[in-house]
Amino acid sequence: MTDTAAASRKSGTSGAQAGVEARRADVRNRWLLASPALTVIFFAALGPLLIMLVYSFLQKGSYGGVVWSFSLDGWFNVFLKRDIFDDTLGFADGHLSIFWRSLKLSFGTTVLALLIGFPTAYYIATRPANLRPVFLFLITIPFWTNLLIRTFAIMEVIRNEGVVNTLLMSLGVISSPIQMLYTDFAIMLGMVYVYLPLMVLPLYASMERLDFRLVEAGYDLYATRLGVLRRIIVPMVKPGIIAGSILVFVPSLGAYVTPRVLGGGKNMMLGNLIELQFGQGRNWPLGAALSITLLVVVMVALLFYVRNASKSGVKSHG
Amino acid sequence: MHGNLDAIPAISAQQVTKVFGAGPGSVTALDKVSIDIQRNEFFTLLGPSGCGKTTLLRLIAGFDHPTSGRIDLEGSDISYLPPFKRPVNTVFQSYALFPHMSVAENIGFGLKMLGKPAAEIDAEVEVMLKLVKMEAMRDRSTAQISGGQQQRVALARALAPKPKVLLLDEPLSALDLKLRKEMQIELKRLQHETGITFVFVTHDQEEALTMSDRIAVMSAGKVLQVGTPRDIYDRPSRRFVADFIGDTNFMDAELVSAGKGSDSKASLKLASGKQIAASLPDGDMSAGTVTAVVRPEHAWLTKPKASSVLTGNLETIVYFGTDTHYHVSLATGGMFTVRMQNARGQAGEFSEGDEVGIDIDADAVQVLRD
Repeated sequence: MTDTAAASRKSGTSGAQAGVEARRADVRNRWLLASPALTVIFFAALGPLLIMLVYSFLQKGSYGGVVWSFSLDGWFNVFLKRDIFDDTLGFADGHLSIFWRSLKLSFGTTVLALLIGFPTAYYIATRPANLRPVFLFLITIPFWTNLLIRTFAIMEVIRNEGVVNTLLMSLGVISSPIQMLYTDFAIMLGMVYVYLPLMVLPLYASMERLDFRLVEAGYDLYATRLGVLRRIIVPMVKPGIIAGSILVFVPSLGAYVTPRVLGGGKNMMLGNLIELQFGQGRNWPLGAALSITLLVVVMVALLFYVRNASKSGVKSHG
Repeated sequence: MHGNLDAIPAISAQQVTKVFGAGPGSVTALDKVSIDIQRNEFFTLLGPSGCGKTTLLRLIAGFDHPTSGRIDLEGSDISYLPPFKRPVNTVFQSYALFPHMSVAENIGFGLKMLGKPAAEIDAEVEVMLKLVKMEAMRDRSTAQISGGQQQRVALARALAPKPKVLLLDEPLSALDLKLRKEMQIELKRLQHETGITFVFVTHDQEEALTMSDRIAVMSAGKVLQVGTPRDIYDRPSRRFVADFIGDTNFMDAELVSAGKGSDSKASLKLASGKQIAASLPDGDMSAGTVTAVVRPEHAWLTKPKASSVLTGNLETIVYFGTDTHYHVSLATGGMFTVRMQNARGQAGEFSEGDEVGIDIDADAVQVLRD
């Protein structure tokens, strides 16, 4: 690139023809240099999305797959359903309730992860500098094991004959086991467990940069502990709170393994619903349309993040 | 005056000890420190870094609590109160302004936390902005104002809740020389106008001398001497105090007689054999070998003569504009510095290598306690 740039500089006065030639070479080189990134973006991100988008507008094949003819049935079925007996239209309340429960569970997971993650990150950030990497290392240990195995481990803890129920019953606290497995509680517990590090790490990154002299200044100016938390710490680590919440909320919304294993068959979330369409349901267009809908929900959440992050005190963390 | 409310000190530290850590690695930051700071006083804690002055300030603010001893604020024990329950505010060395709030919000923060109504806060913030001459910056972000302006906002923020005591932790150290001089005058003005007790921490002896009503000189966790700037400078009682503040000549001498009564002078016999009158530090001193100090500007050079207190060889002359420093190698060993003011257009009558005599002002010799 330096060669052509030098060439174009040299030829600048001699002839317009050579100048145009050099500029073309420049443009060509630029695209060549960007091509690895563009390839990744196309094949890993845009390509699959385009396929999903196209599939959502096709007819379903009788044994799965798609028939290449335009149809809005996929999108139609996301929100509406046709009664099989009298052919009347109604809301696809099954889908809507799964959407709603997914949002609810993901929101609950995010709030729980924040409530647990915030004090954890604060604790780590206030340790001596040489101990902090040790705590961060401990936070990442669960990542070393396969997600499915960890989820089955939780199952072992909360099932009726599991660790918790056995312990409580042998202590005489309860006489019959508490049903925890295959409930919304189990799904949230599993998701909080799996996604907690994604909350702790960005929170820690914000808190580590927090100037604790500001906390002292807050106490000095008559703010109580709660006041300092609310008026000084939270506003200053807001970027971390938002980033952590997004990082937990987004994968929770699309979670598949955790609700499948801990929720049993009946407590479905969006991920399971989508999987069902591509599997037993043999309705690929509907699955694709549901996926795109999920994507839009996530995009809205991200837009909310971007808007808030630019408004809040990000500048203070320069 | 005992029993009078005004006689109760604003801050009274009694036998305050602060130990950080435990076991063999522990550090004693304050060692049985006792100080009374009077109301409306500009009181300075002066000492080198690590002397415990900031620790004492943090104990008064409530960020740390004493290991033993107690701290009273206007007669009531505050040793273990959290900072938000003490009518004491701090101006931090780094200012510690809240970056997510405007100038006005910073200043109003303390009043807001005290639960004052919004109208009252607004009015008080206006008064404070005026007091520190920052009216035009009211709605600026703290990132958009200069270091000197941040300093003013930090002051206004700490003064707005009308604390009984204002603590200042080396607040001028981050400013350049010119701005520092301005702020020194500004601080004195603010202290007069508000009538609030100021406790000022600094390692800058000149700053301490020019600003303070009284100074406590600290070293290694102890208070060595408390007094007015003039006391501290003219009558240092310890070697560290004399050495830390200004330039000093140290002389070994024999204490011949202590003198009786407050007016009478002690008599010292110097190494040269000459006898000279000297002031003793407070408290009893027994006869024997002592160290005495003389400030360089309290001595002057002469041609060597029989009555000269000291004699020696003039080794170096250093010209400083307003005055000249003469470094004399004494006949009895050791160095002695004399500082004399320069008159315009007049060349010095001494040159390097001359044999000279040194005379010392009456009342300029101070005996040290250690």
